[in-house]
Amino acid sequence: MSGDPRDELVDHLPALRAFALSLTRNGAVADDMVQDTLVKAWSKISTFEAGTNMRAWLFTILRNTYYSNRRKAGREVSDSEGIFTESLSEKPAHDGRLQLADFRRAFVKLTDEQREALILVGAQGFSYEDAAETCGVAVGTIKSRVNRARARLTELLNLDEHEGLEMTDQATMAVVTGARPAAR
Amino acid sequence: MGHTRRKDKETEVIDENLRRVYQDMLDEKVPDRFLDLIAQLRSQEEPSSGGEAQ
Repeated sequence: MSGDPRDELVDHLPALRAFALSLTRNGAVADDMVQDTLVKAWSKISTFEAGTNMRAWLFTILRNTYYSNRRKAGREVSDSEGIFTESLSEKPAHDGRLQLADFRRAFVKLTDEQREALILVGAQGFSYEDAAETCGVAVGTIKSRVNRARARLTELLNLDEHEGLEMTDQATMAVVTGARPAAR
Repeated sequence: MGHTRRKDKETEVIDENLRRVYQDMLDEKVPDRFLDLIAQLRSQEEPSSGGEAQ
């Protein structure tokens, strides 16, 4: 018998808030959802299987709450002008690097499902399997959402035309061999 | 081949930015309201329901 798994909840709070904010894109909504999630997790703790991924379990509760609210509202409850895109006044880039503010603006334009998949896999480091289970879909669905999310960001950020990304050796090779650089 | 490397580079740039954005969120201080809530949930339970320990 180890202790009450609810003692662990507090350790997951930062990740739970980050996930909520990624999904809702709005600080106030995100915190309300975290609150709902904590209350539900507390009362449903008997459904948590000890030894399994508690973070994934909490994320599942949170996202189910979010999507059920979204269904009730009949549309995406979103605020793309909310806290998420508030830019820390960043200096313009001289070196072709992406600015975080640009990235945030593009990120909030993804669909909820794409943002969710990309965050779980790309940022939170979930396996495709854990992400699929968290979202209640097939592994292949998660993979395709992640791929579509990356493709959409590439498009929104003009990465395929971004000079800073052109690799020098590749460009040099193209000149040397007379080949056209891979355009996209 | 250039195509594949270019794609890898795009993915790398996206993931790097993604992680920075996510890390910023993780680094935010957790508001007290959540710690208070957990404390409240715990206290509601302990004194009252003495009977169902198992």
